[in-house]
Amino acid sequence: MNYETLLQETVLKDEKYIVMTAENRALIRNLPPILGRRFIDTGITEQCMVGMAAGLAVCGRVPIIHALATFLTLRAFEFIRTDVGIPALPVKLSSFVPGFLSEANGPTHQALEDIALMRSIPHMQVFAPADEQDMLLALPTIWSSPYPSYCRINLRKPNYSHQPFELGKAEVITEGSDLTILVYGTLFAEALETLSLLTSKGLSVGLINLRSLQPIDENCILQAVKHSRYIVTIEDHFLVGGLYSILAELLLKKQITANVIPFALNSRWYKPALLADVLKYEGFTAPQLTQSILHYLDAN
Amino acid sequence: MQEQEIDIAALQRLALRVREHIIRLSTDGGCFIGASLSCADILVYLYSHYLNISPSTLKDQNRDYLFLSKGHDVPALYATLAELGYFEISRLQNHLKTNDFIYWHPNTQIPGIEFHSGSLGHLPSVALGVAYDIFLKGGNNKVIVITGDGELNEGSVWETLLVANAYKLNNYTLVVDRNFFQANMATEELIPLEPLEAKFEAFGCAVRRINGHNFEQIHQTFQQLPFSLEKPSVIIADTVRGKGLPSIEARADRWFCNFTKEEVEALIQELHGVQRANLESQTLTVR
Repeated sequence: MNYETLLQETVLKDEKYIVMTAENRALIRNLPPILGRRFIDTGITEQCMVGMAAGLAVCGRVPIIHALATFLTLRAFEFIRTDVGIPALPVKLSSFVPGFLSEANGPTHQALEDIALMRSIPHMQVFAPADEQDMLLALPTIWSSPYPSYCRINLRKPNYSHQPFELGKAEVITEGSDLTILVYGTLFAEALETLSLLTSKGLSVGLINLRSLQPIDENCILQAVKHSRYIVTIEDHFLVGGLYSILAELLLKKQITANVIPFALNSRWYKPALLADVLKYEGFTAPQLTQSILHYLDAN
Repeated sequence: MQEQEIDIAALQRLALRVREHIIRLSTDGGCFIGASLSCADILVYLYSHYLNISPSTLKDQNRDYLFLSKGHDVPALYATLAELGYFEISRLQNHLKTNDFIYWHPNTQIPGIEFHSGSLGHLPSVALGVAYDIFLKGGNNKVIVITGDGELNEGSVWETLLVANAYKLNNYTLVVDRNFFQANMATEELIPLEPLEAKFEAFGCAVRRINGHNFEQIHQTFQQLPFSLEKPSVIIADTVRGKGLPSIEARADRWFCNFTKEEVEALIQELHGVQRANLESQTLTVR
């Protein structure tokens, strides 16, 4: 099973689903002859695609729409917010190459504010699966939810066997008393390896794969804050508006504090390169993350 | 199609009542009176004679759809829907009040309004989604979307026409309320749109141009839809901003107006041809 076969199965099973793309066919190349009129390619028109999806949704359809993450969330933002968001229509956004996954494309293609933007829209559900397997576990729930949703598509091969997906629930990989790592999306692999490296140094380390950023699993995070001395956030997103902000908002809402070590892009875009080199250049490989965390712990 | 007879005098009487409501909404906070008066006749015709929809068939699967993309002219729509029994006329007195949903832009809390608008260039694509759904179902429902002419500045309108043409959606008709003004000035002085028929034709549409205040012409043209089985249709309705009130007609400075009670009464007199109103209130600058 992959994204395309799951989508094909879902759409063929239920007339309400429509597949749309603004000429981004990388994930869905084989579907046009199979889905016929229920495959709509609007060409390079993200705004029109989103408006059209809203019109289809008004008629009871559930459009699953595809574009590169930046063009979908930035070019068409007002259409998402106004036509999909205000009436809370079940339009399902599949965003391709978000975060570090745009690799060597350069800043025009770096979606590093997509989580911030999408979670600002009332009723929008925001998902960032850890890898392909985690995504395939989540998509049936995402697509059948009555709300609009945004999903960071992630085709990285899994290095972990994930638990079943439950909407609004994080996946607790381990619990730890020294520190807990909160992570979402493609950096899960690096976080998992970091967990192993830190554990081998004798530390008690927790790891939480958040999966869903809106709704966010508040209880899970609060438990981690309560039982760990440090919280580490790891994300391929701007520091503003993503997980670090979500955590800050939650802590303030609950009138508690925590010792937080954030890994994110602070007011800058990343060096365009292939993923492995991006991770190394930006300090997001597991050995680098481990080193940074140990350094922080030593200094405090 | 057999041409239906229309009672032009009855349409004119209804349009006059709609214009009275629009004028009465242009006080206590005001409204976009100029754009409302320009599209009043089109809306009156469509809801009275063309669209297969009524207060009792608001959710009917076979109904026709109208989308008002130039949302600021919603007073004309409120007034038309109220006059035709979609909701109580007395609700118009709730204009801009928190106890109702009669505000400056359309929203779906009002019976008969299919989709909200206010941000220009959106509903052409939303309407296209509805037209596509009808195409999938094999239905005969018609989909009309009304835009302003200033709204044609928005690239998303043209994006949508490219897509409508690509999918040959002949159940889709875009109507332009061509009153020759956008918010602050004449369209041709800011972003010239002419030759407009040629532009739409170049985008693959079948185009007709009419006088948007002449019920006979409006009727004859809409009865000919679709103009092509292979293309979306466009009707450019040449209209007059502020139509019906000579003292504000075709003026750049009469877009959003908030008149005094006395001015409103004077304008009602002017509408009925008694005497021209003497207006002191300035247009508010909201854009």
